[in-house]
Amino acid sequence: MNEPAREIPGIFAGLVATARRDLLLAWKRPGDVLNPLFFFAMVCTLFPLAVGPTAEQLEFSGPGVIWVAALLATLLSLNSLFLSDFEDGSLDQLLVSPQPLPALVLGKTLAHWLTAGLPLVLVSPVLAITYRMPFSVVGVMMLTLSLGTVSLSLLGSIGAALTVGLHRGTALLSLLILPLAMPVMILGANAVSLAAHGDVYTTGVWALGAYAAGSVSLAPYATAAALRISNE
Amino acid sequence: MWKWFHQLASPPHFYRLSAILSPWLAIPGLALIAYSTWQGLFVVPMDYQQGDAFRIIYVHVPTAYLSMMAYTIMATAGAVGLIWRIKLAHAVAAAAAPIGAAFTFLSLCTGSIWGRPMWGTWWEWGDPRMMSQLILLFLYFGYMALRGAIDDTAKADKAGAVLALVGIVNLVIVHFSVEWWSSLHQGQTVFRRGTMDAEMRLPLLLMILGFTLLFGSMLLRRIRTEVLYRERRTRWVREMILSPRGGS
Repeated sequence: MNEPAREIPGIFAGLVATARRDLLLAWKRPGDVLNPLFFFAMVCTLFPLAVGPTAEQLEFSGPGVIWVAALLATLLSLNSLFLSDFEDGSLDQLLVSPQPLPALVLGKTLAHWLTAGLPLVLVSPVLAITYRMPFSVVGVMMLTLSLGTVSLSLLGSIGAALTVGLHRGTALLSLLILPLAMPVMILGANAVSLAAHGDVYTTGVWALGAYAAGSVSLAPYATAAALRISNE
Repeated sequence: MWKWFHQLASPPHFYRLSAILSPWLAIPGLALIAYSTWQGLFVVPMDYQQGDAFRIIYVHVPTAYLSMMAYTIMATAGAVGLIWRIKLAHAVAAAAAPIGAAFTFLSLCTGSIWGRPMWGTWWEWGDPRMMSQLILLFLYFGYMALRGAIDDTAKADKAGAVLALVGIVNLVIVHFSVEWWSSLHQGQTVFRRGTMDAEMRLPLLLMILGFTLLFGSMLLRRIRTEVLYRERRTRWVREMILSPRGGS
C-alpha cells in the first residue's frame, strides 16, 4: 500500500470546486432559488396594499420597501446555506479537507450570492418600476443591492454557521443577523432615496463598497471558526 | 505575576476570592449612589433650560455607559476564552450578558422618560443614540438566544464568543451608519448640552463610579453562580457543600 502522496490543488481550485458544486446543486433544485424570489415579490406587493397605492406614497416608500424585502428574502435563503451539507455529512468532508476552510466557505458564499443575491438584483428593476422609480434611480438601486447582498450573504454565513444543526435555527438566525445587517440596509436604502431626490448619493455607495470589501476579507474566517465550533 | 493570574483563573480560587470581594464593591457603590442621588435630586440647582427634567441624567448616563461597558467585557472575555481557552472567561461573558441587556433596557427607558418633556415624544426614531442603543439591545437578545439554544455549555461558550466579537466590530459600523442616516433625515434634535457646571458634574461622576462598583459586584455574584453551576460535578464543589460550614 505505497500510494504516492497526491498533490493538493491550490486554494483557488478548492474555492472554485466548492462554488461549482453548490451551483450545480442549486440547478438541480430550482425551488430553493425561486422561493426567496417569490417571497421578495410578495413582500413588495404587501406594502402598497397596507400603506396605500397613491403615486407619492409609492415613490416615497419604494427604495425602503425594496431594500427591506431584499433583506428578508436573503435571510430566508440563508437558512439552507449549510443545512443540507450538515444533514448529508458533506460538511464534515469540508472540515477535514486539506484546503483552508475560509477559502471553501468563501466558495460556498459566492455560490449563495450567485443563486440568492444576484437573482434579487436582476428582479428588482421590475418591482422598482411598479413603484414608479425613474430609470436613472433604478441603476443606483441595482448597484447598492448588488454590493449590499454580497455583505448580507457573507454576514449571514456567520449566522448560518453558528446555528447549523440547532433546533429552532430559522428564527434564531434572523434574531442574530438582523441587527448586524441593519447598517447595510440603512446605507443602501438611503443611498437610493437620495438618488431619487436628486441628491448626492455616492457616500452610501462607497460605504457599502467598503462594507462589502471588509466582509469579503473578514467574514469567511469567522464563518470557518463558527463551523468548527458547531461541528465539534 | 503569572502565578497570581493562573490562580485567579482557577474556579475554586475565584469562587473564594469573589465572595470576599463582592461586598467590598457593593457597599461603597450603594453609598456613592445614595449620596449622589440625594445631591442630584435636592442639592444641585435646577437647569435654566430644562428645569427639573434634567435630573434624570443622574440615572440615564450611568446606565447607558454600563450598557456598552458590559458588551465590551462580554466580547473581551469571549475573545480571552476563545484564544487562551480559559474556562472562567467564558463564565464572565455568560454572566455579563443579562446585566448588560438590563442596563441597555434601563437606558432606553430613562432616555424615553427624558425625551417626553424635552422632545414632546416618548420615542424619537430620528435620534441616532436611541437607535444605536436599540440595536445594542437586539444584539444582547441575539447573544442570549444563541446561548440558550445550544445545550452543550462548551459549545455555547465558543459560539457566543464568535457572535460577540462579530457584534463588537459591527457595533462601530452601526454607530456611524445610524449617525449618517439621522443627519440625512433631520437637523439636530438632540439638544446641545453645553459645558456642565462642576456643581452638576461631580454628582454625575460619583454616580457613574457608584453604578460601576455596583455593576462589578453584580457581575461577580453572577459569575459565582455560573462557576458553581458549571463546576457542579467537580470535587471541590462537592467538598465545599459537604463541609461543616456548608459552603458559605
